[in-house]
Amino acid sequence: MTNVNVNAVAKTYGTTPVLTDISTDFPEGSFTSLLGPSGSGKTTLLRIIAGFIRPDEGKVSIGGRDVTHVPVWGRNIGMMFQSYALFPHMTIAQNVAFGLGRRGIHGAEARKQVDAALEMVRLPGFADRMPKQLSGGQQQRVALARAMVIKPSVLLLDEPLSALDRRLRQEMQVELLRIQRETGLTTIFVTHDQEEALTLSDKVAILDKGRIVQIGDPETVYEKPLTRFAAEFLGDSNFLQGKVESGAVRLADGTVVHVTGALPADGAQATLAVRPEKMFVVKDTSPGNRLTARITTVIYAGQALSYILETADGMQVKLFAQNRDGNLLKQGETVVLGWSADHTVAVAD
Amino acid sequence: MRSDTILNDAARGSSDPRQRRPIPAWVATTALLLPTYGWLTLAVLLPLLTMFVFSFMSATPMGKTPIVFTLKHYRAFIDQPYLINIAWTSLVIGFWTTLLCAVFGFLAAVALARATVGRMRETLLVLLLLPFWTNGLVRVFSWTMVLRENGFLDGVVHMLLPDIGSVSFLYTRYAIVLGLVHGYLPYMILTCYIALSTIDDAIIEAAASLGARWWTILLRILLPLAAPGLISGAVLTFVPVIGSFMEPRILGGKVGVTMGTVIEDQFTQAFNWPLGAALSFTLLAVVLAIFATFSGVLRRGTTA
Repeated sequence: MTNVNVNAVAKTYGTTPVLTDISTDFPEGSFTSLLGPSGSGKTTLLRIIAGFIRPDEGKVSIGGRDVTHVPVWGRNIGMMFQSYALFPHMTIAQNVAFGLGRRGIHGAEARKQVDAALEMVRLPGFADRMPKQLSGGQQQRVALARAMVIKPSVLLLDEPLSALDRRLRQEMQVELLRIQRETGLTTIFVTHDQEEALTLSDKVAILDKGRIVQIGDPETVYEKPLTRFAAEFLGDSNFLQGKVESGAVRLADGTVVHVTGALPADGAQATLAVRPEKMFVVKDTSPGNRLTARITTVIYAGQALSYILETADGMQVKLFAQNRDGNLLKQGETVVLGWSADHTVAVAD
Repeated sequence: MRSDTILNDAARGSSDPRQRRPIPAWVATTALLLPTYGWLTLAVLLPLLTMFVFSFMSATPMGKTPIVFTLKHYRAFIDQPYLINIAWTSLVIGFWTTLLCAVFGFLAAVALARATVGRMRETLLVLLLLPFWTNGLVRVFSWTMVLRENGFLDGVVHMLLPDIGSVSFLYTRYAIVLGLVHGYLPYMILTCYIALSTIDDAIIEAAASLGARWWTILLRILLPLAAPGLISGAVLTFVPVIGSFMEPRILGGKVGVTMGTVIEDQFTQAFNWPLGAALSFTLLAVVLAIFATFSGVLRRGTTA
């Protein structure tokens, strides 16, 4: 078990920079999600760590060993692909034993390790079947067993759950987490599913246009986004724009919003992010952040309710609420929204 | 059903009260297949059948000699034992041609399928298929220019090693195999290329991530997965090569006596069509027997 270090890595295709100056450390035993829209460079970063792509600049090291110029087969990585990528002409046992064979482990010893690996992914007794005879979820478990059986230094996951349906995906998430925790394997996980990233990882890295915008534990990244992009990509956000005035922000319509965290200097423009679920409808006039808006759309989704509101000067605001008593706010109703200064974060544009 | 009606009505304009009865599926199938099968019957099956009938005749039914039906042409291999040697030569040439085509064709197809840089793949494909567009006779004759004594090959070799004797191997079996490999390689490349291009890149990447180097990937992943293409390419090569007569004649000279040339002689020189026909059908039987023997391997290869 080892850490993975990426130092000043850059990659350009033609004249399009895909990654610009990425430096980060994936500590030993950590589960890091690379999260970003398509084209953000998250897959390129994973493939550079795997060795499928050679970076133009920078260094990649696995467990302190510089592997920048080591080919894929010499890096001792475990990898899972979105398309499962099982060898269709081999049985499940042969699939799992493939990596062992490359390490000179054959016969009874290989068989023992294959059985243990299939046991680990809860597919004992599947050894002699062909990949085609297995469901998508089962195939992905085999792929996991195949990647884990070689005792890799690092586990690289390239959107491995995207092809599965929702229920199977949740099952696989639990399984993946259990196995990762049991083995303490350094894991890097590429996904565009933010919920998956938050559930699985102990570190989330948000990528945009070839840069890591923010990296940290899921809670910090979600509660204290650094940039507008991070706030928007991970979860939903309302953005309020105004001018900094004596430790608070005055919006265009004169409303003053209080912020607990740091703010730019007085007189500067500031963008504030507030999560829609942190807002609520207030009836009293107690002090705190307040905003008056009219409900334009009501989205009913059973347990959860979403409202889209509009303030007097045309700003759109989202509000998420739990369906606690079955009483919905009506479209056209004008309400006062309240939220805490703690939940107001100044973000960079 | 309901939505179909609505759709049809909408398409036709709902004022049209007529309900068109759907054409039964078998009528459509028959109508679609009829031109092809009609043409095949006319152009292939009937002449083939005629030849089959010919093979039982005592003489070519064009002279004044009376025609008697006989099986004697099918005894040719017993009556004229040298034919067995010729048939063996043909099979050996077929075997080596197919083997060389398989090795070179597969490797070329791998290179082609893996060439992903820009328009490289298209360019390579065109370059490989270019010989296909020239006349076969021209292709074979150009080999005589290369292979003959003091030909291009000799010229190039003597430029580098002036003291060496002639390396010309025109009018040998090697020359025949060379010419045949040249002619049939594109079939093998195309069938292998099609089989290889259906392989998901992730499968190759998965193998590499598990520690496989290029030769392991080639032998353990690409080769078995492309087996259907390799097998159909082998069939496409082996069958016509066994019956080929142009390459053996031009490049083989005196040693270029194969089943193909013998059969051709029966039709063009000896004017013994029945014997030619009988030999053709015997050859067909041998090819079928070979495929039947290896059918287990072939089937396993194509369903993998």
